[in-house]
Amino acid sequence: MEILLALMIGVLYAGGIYMMLRRSLVKLIIGIILIGNGANLLIFLLGRITKGSPPIIPGDANVLTEAFADPVPQALILTAIVISFGLQSFAIVLVKRAHTVVKTDDLDEMNATDEDS
Amino acid sequence: MLTAILTGFLFSVFLVFAGRFFKGKLSILASLIPLGLFVYFFQFVNRIANGEVITRSYEWVPSFGVNLVFKLDGLSLLFTLMITGIGFLVFAYTSSYLKGHKYLDRFYGYLAAFMGAMLGLVLSDNMISLFTFWELTSISSFFLIGFKNTSRPSRKSAMMALGITGIGGLLLLAASLLFNNITGTYSISEMLSMSEAIKGNQYYWLGVVLIFGAAFTKSAQFPFHFWLPGAMKAPTPVSTYLHSATMVKAGIYLLMRFTPVLGGEDIWNTTLIIVGGITMLYSAVHTVFRTDLKGILAYSTISALGILVFLIGLGTEEAYVAAAVFIIVHALYKATLFLVTGIIDHQAHTRDVTKLAGLNKVMLPVGIAAILAAISSGGIPPSIGFVGKELIYDATSHSELVVILLITAIVLTKIFLLYAGFVAGIKPFTGKLPEGISEARMPNFVMWAPPLLLGTLGILFGLMPFLVEGPIVKPLVAALGENPEEIHLRLWHGFNMVLVLSAITIGVGTALYFILKPSYKLESAIGKLEFISPESILKKFMAGFKWASSYWTRFFQNGYLRNYVSMIILFTVLMVGYVMLGKTRFVIDYNSLTKLTISEIIVALVLIAGVCYTIFTRSRLAAVVAMGVIGWSICLIFVFYSAPDLAMTQFSIDTLTVILFVLVLYKLPKYLNLSDVKIRIRDGILSAIFGIIIAALALQVLAEPVNNEIGNYYADNAYLEAHGKNVVNVILVDFRGADTMIEISVLSIAAIGVFGLMKLRLKMSDRNRYQDK
Repeated sequence: MEILLALMIGVLYAGGIYMMLRRSLVKLIIGIILIGNGANLLIFLLGRITKGSPPIIPGDANVLTEAFADPVPQALILTAIVISFGLQSFAIVLVKRAHTVVKTDDLDEMNATDEDS
Repeated sequence: MLTAILTGFLFSVFLVFAGRFFKGKLSILASLIPLGLFVYFFQFVNRIANGEVITRSYEWVPSFGVNLVFKLDGLSLLFTLMITGIGFLVFAYTSSYLKGHKYLDRFYGYLAAFMGAMLGLVLSDNMISLFTFWELTSISSFFLIGFKNTSRPSRKSAMMALGITGIGGLLLLAASLLFNNITGTYSISEMLSMSEAIKGNQYYWLGVVLIFGAAFTKSAQFPFHFWLPGAMKAPTPVSTYLHSATMVKAGIYLLMRFTPVLGGEDIWNTTLIIVGGITMLYSAVHTVFRTDLKGILAYSTISALGILVFLIGLGTEEAYVAAAVFIIVHALYKATLFLVTGIIDHQAHTRDVTKLAGLNKVMLPVGIAAILAAISSGGIPPSIGFVGKELIYDATSHSELVVILLITAIVLTKIFLLYAGFVAGIKPFTGKLPEGISEARMPNFVMWAPPLLLGTLGILFGLMPFLVEGPIVKPLVAALGENPEEIHLRLWHGFNMVLVLSAITIGVGTALYFILKPSYKLESAIGKLEFISPESILKKFMAGFKWASSYWTRFFQNGYLRNYVSMIILFTVLMVGYVMLGKTRFVIDYNSLTKLTISEIIVALVLIAGVCYTIFTRSRLAAVVAMGVIGWSICLIFVFYSAPDLAMTQFSIDTLTVILFVLVLYKLPKYLNLSDVKIRIRDGILSAIFGIIIAALALQVLAEPVNNEIGNYYADNAYLEAHGKNVVNVILVDFRGADTMIEISVLSIAAIGVFGLMKLRLKMSDRNRYQDK
């Protein structure tokens, strides 16, 4: 499964980079989201994957005794997912706003700050 | 001693506030400062002559071994006396030369700061403070050379001088760091005792090259000499001060200071002889081709500096004595000639030597000063110049190298220098007074007295060489690490080969003066060779450098986001790929891997298909939906591998994102086809390689052992300390609670931003502006 996960991560990164290299603003955001997902999976994989034993202490015990999944990468990813949502929502609305103002989705037409360019 | 050095700077700061009151008749009072300093340093003469070395130490940055340590020995003494003595005369002279000038106060400010920097330079015993003062002289001389800041050539010359000497300063800093690395100290005195260790070090040559770089740029040695003639654009008092006694001698000072530390090796001596020899001959010949008085003096200055470097290169005690005397000789006659040139320029409004003659009829004292200086510069008895020249010939003829060649070079140089001295000092004051300058009048006292004083000193020291022998020359030679007991300066050395050489020099030089008249024809002849001069080569190089850097900048900083991204990715791919290909063994331990199930394979396929669909679809909406599919696949992976919290979060966030995307973007048009196939293939290949590298990297990391210490800590303490059973949740809200709180505030800021953007309405005018496009 690890090899398969690595493959998925590679595909997510490659797709994300490809989308970031496009001229469309929307594609840029999609690219960032893909890379974000890839990064989450990467952290998850590097924290080593464990099947069927979540880091939740059973009702009658005080500590985890058996093998359990590492909680630290999970906490990290959870934070990352939430933060990237903040970023995405802001970026999406910004694109929308940019589109209403300058009527284009093309980054190349946006790269000058002067009015008359 | 610190006060003495700081006086110049303090005065300069004082002028910022009080300059307005200082422009009129009061301005001559400024010369009291160098005079006071001269008296201060003069009182040490006896103690230094007795072999004493005066040291003052002030803490500056002790933790880095950088302290303000000032050392006054024979070498420093000569320079401090020249700086303050000639400084006094220049200060006084300026008050009349620039009388009523709008920025006279500013000029004094620069001059005083420059003087302070020079004093600091020649007194510093710590390499870092030496470097600091060295740079300060470059900076303050920049303002002095560019003083006529409304003239373009003047500004350009100032930039050139700053550029060349500034590079030299950086080399000096590098040399300081290198020597500190070898010896563990910045103190020059301490380096002196570790001379052997430095010479034995494998980087000795590098240190020598760096010191040479600093000294040659400052002292205008070939091929860095061209900034000096350019610096003649400055007002004449500046030229006098910078080129006779101070700035350009700083390089000579540096070489002398480091002679006991670095000298005695072939690389040191031979290089100095070659560079000094080329410089002295090259620029001595150049004087013939100039018609501007200051141009002649500039080239003869470079030539004199070449002689000094040459003498230091010879490295014998005789050569050091000759160098010590020649520094005095040169300072006296060159300052005189510059001051006289300034007077001529001021009174007759021309410096063209072809037009000047007969000025002795209107300004006799000036003429006397100039002729005395010319005699000294030509090395004619009984001037100190003669003593100096005899010593130079003597030292050269005793060198162990190719004596004939060196003697020829030095005699030729001296002949041309005599010619230059005569042209600058005698020609304007003999013959008939021509029409064009007949209205020239006698200057006032403060202008003609300084050159006359200096010119007279040149003869006086010649008649009584013991005046400089005991107080100046002997301590200086001692400071260079030689034994000064045997030194006896004499005007008359008896009949010997040196005297014959002197006679030849004077005879040929005088003949040359009468045969060869300065003319425009000669000047334009040399102009044709200008394209191969170091100056034009440097200018071409600068132009090329400018072009290359702007091309470079435009290539990398072109304003297109995707180019920046692809550069970063390409760089990462190349670096990481290179290391991975070279160093990594691609070993995967298949036994340690988790087993695959059919459902996982399906999820993976769905995810990959989703990514492909997102990339290739032409509909924005479809892409967004495909992204939702990707998110949910990841969600399933989290479910399979024991991360229920992640799965829940991922699911809700992903759904939200898709909804937001659809709500906001459904109005937008379809994608435009913005790039052609070639670019897509190129980007595709780049991203594919990056993806492969990331995947390979992940697999490599998996082969390394894992450290679960932190995870175990949380797992062990989650319930006992924080009373929660879901460890991930406990980490977020308890152990790392503060982080989560900050995260929430970030989210709220984003939410406010989103809200603001949604609600913002454009003003009618703005809307129209954009719709016009």
